[in-house]
Amino acid sequence: MNFYAVWSIYKFEMARAMRTLFQSFLAPVISTSLYFIVFGTAIGSKIPDIEGINYGAFIVPGLIMLSVITQSLSNAAFGIFMPKYNGTIYEILSAPISPLETIIGYVGAAATKSIFIGLIILITATLFISFNIKHLGWMLVFLFLTSVSFSLFGFIIGIWATNWEKLNLIPLILVTPLVFLGGTFYSISMLPALWQIISKFNPVLYLVSGFRWSFFGTSDVPIFMSVMSIFIFIALCLFIIFLIFKTGYRLRE
Amino acid sequence: MDTLLSIHKVSKTYKNGYKALNKISLQIPKGEIFALLGPNGAGKTTLISSICGIVRQDEGHIKVKTFDTIFDWRQTRELIGLVPQELTLDNFETVWDALSFSRGLFGKPPDTAYLKWILNALSLYDKRNESIIRLSGGMKRRVLVAKALAHNPELIFLDEPTAGVDVALRKRMWELVQELRRGGATVILTTHYIEEAEEIADRIGIIDKGILLLVEDKIKLMNKMSKRQLIVFVKNKIQTIPKSLNQFDLQLHETGAAVIYTYNKNASRTGITRMLSALSENKIIVKDLQTHQSSLEEVFLSFINKDQK
Ligand SMILES: Nc1ncnc2c1ncn2[C@@H]1O[C@H](COP(=O)(O)OP(=O)(O)OP(=O)(O)O)[C@@H](O)[C@H]1O
Ligand SMILES: [Mg+2]
Repeated sequence: MNFYAVWSIYKFEMARAMRTLFQSFLAPVISTSLYFIVFGTAIGSKIPDIEGINYGAFIVPGLIMLSVITQSLSNAAFGIFMPKYNGTIYEILSAPISPLETIIGYVGAAATKSIFIGLIILITATLFISFNIKHLGWMLVFLFLTSVSFSLFGFIIGIWATNWEKLNLIPLILVTPLVFLGGTFYSISMLPALWQIISKFNPVLYLVSGFRWSFFGTSDVPIFMSVMSIFIFIALCLFIIFLIFKTGYRLRE
Repeated sequence: MDTLLSIHKVSKTYKNGYKALNKISLQIPKGEIFALLGPNGAGKTTLISSICGIVRQDEGHIKVKTFDTIFDWRQTRELIGLVPQELTLDNFETVWDALSFSRGLFGKPPDTAYLKWILNALSLYDKRNESIIRLSGGMKRRVLVAKALAHNPELIFLDEPTAGVDVALRKRMWELVQELRRGGATVILTTHYIEEAEEIADRIGIIDKGILLLVEDKIKLMNKMSKRQLIVFVKNKIQTIPKSLNQFDLQLHETGAAVIYTYNKNASRTGITRMLSALSENKIIVKDLQTHQSSLEEVFLSFINKDQK
């Protein structure tokens, strides 16, 4: 195992985040604060409690998930796309570093950033809304697994993308709708029966639901299904990445 | 002599069907400085990329020491340092961070003293805390060299290391190459400056259209190929060369003050004596003589042209 290499990549990626501190950490915090003010405090006060939870508190887990998912994707995708774009990938390709080590470096850094962003948003939320976290341990587990799984997915997008447009395509047309329709701002029990069934096919629902369960103890789907779906997603991403490196797809000529 | 790098019948066809390397075989002994010459698109970068693991050959194998570049990639890559042809750097990093990154990537623990030594050797020490974006093109090229050396490689590839580097620094780069060799490294470089190969290489390879046309000791190559020219300065300017001198194939210098005789210095008879006496028979008085040995550049061009015919 080439630990120095993993550490180098990790450090490089974290340094990149620090150079763009505003974009990396402050921007998601500001945008979610706005959500809290608009939906939590202003509009939220007119919305009845959901399953006994104040609406402002109800959306906290959803908003954290929204940021964690989009940040994981964009950070990991950008992290590996950039060297391809500016040509510095030659160094990674010619270094004594295995695919697994490369992934740990890039995905590890992207996931770390997302976890931090998630925690910062959580702390910001306490400034606007009062709530308790029922299962703190599980909350951290979900935060961790979601960050890792979507960073893996972002890594795949970054390798697949051959230009800037493709880099933003999947997050835009696939992930953002799935996140918004995955119960970030509502419980699916509020939907008509047909839409409830359709929603069950949305993988993000399981994440948001599980995460919300760790806060309030209520969920749209059974908790074990949430955990399982994350692991299935991680396994799927790892398998795709394995294939990518195995075939040298879009990295090695 | 210990062979450090051995390339055995390596071929590479790119996905678009272009055959960039065609059964290349080459052995490089430890401690050699080898120059790879060839026109644009000859396959120099592709060959280097195959050795470094950036491109995977579809036939043949490459060994560094006893390690195969595909099966024992970890060992071979640790031994190799690569200076790529393009200026590919992360613009927002500092010089020092870029070097530390490279060293770590190649699995070596931090070594501040060694990195300082490299930066000094490349006249970059003053710029160590500067963002790369604020460096000039020549400085960036030196940062690439420094990065390639950061993990103390034994086999160093320099893909056009002096493109865009000014004359004084080019000389320093050559000195550095010599210094690296004294430190035990083996250096393979590609260049379009033929005087560069002439100046520092022990052996020269000429590649064109993916085929290694020739590999030869530099001095032998120049001797073998070299035509010499004898420039005969004459006392009184002449307008035309007398017909009786046709057999010598003389060229008249444009000023009329000299004639140029081309001969092969390795031939058993150079014909110089006969030519000089023929001149005096024609009442052409010789004032001075000068010989000119053709440079590698001329040798190189004659090879490439022959290949095209
Ligand atoms: N990724 C690629 N896909 C397809 N063809 C390629 C690729 N890279 C290089 N080639 C082709 O392979 C041939 C050899 O290219 P290479 O870069 O090895 O040449 P070179 O000798 O380094 O040239 P130069 O002196 O211009 O750097 C060229 O015809 C080039 O167009
Ligand atoms: Mg080249």
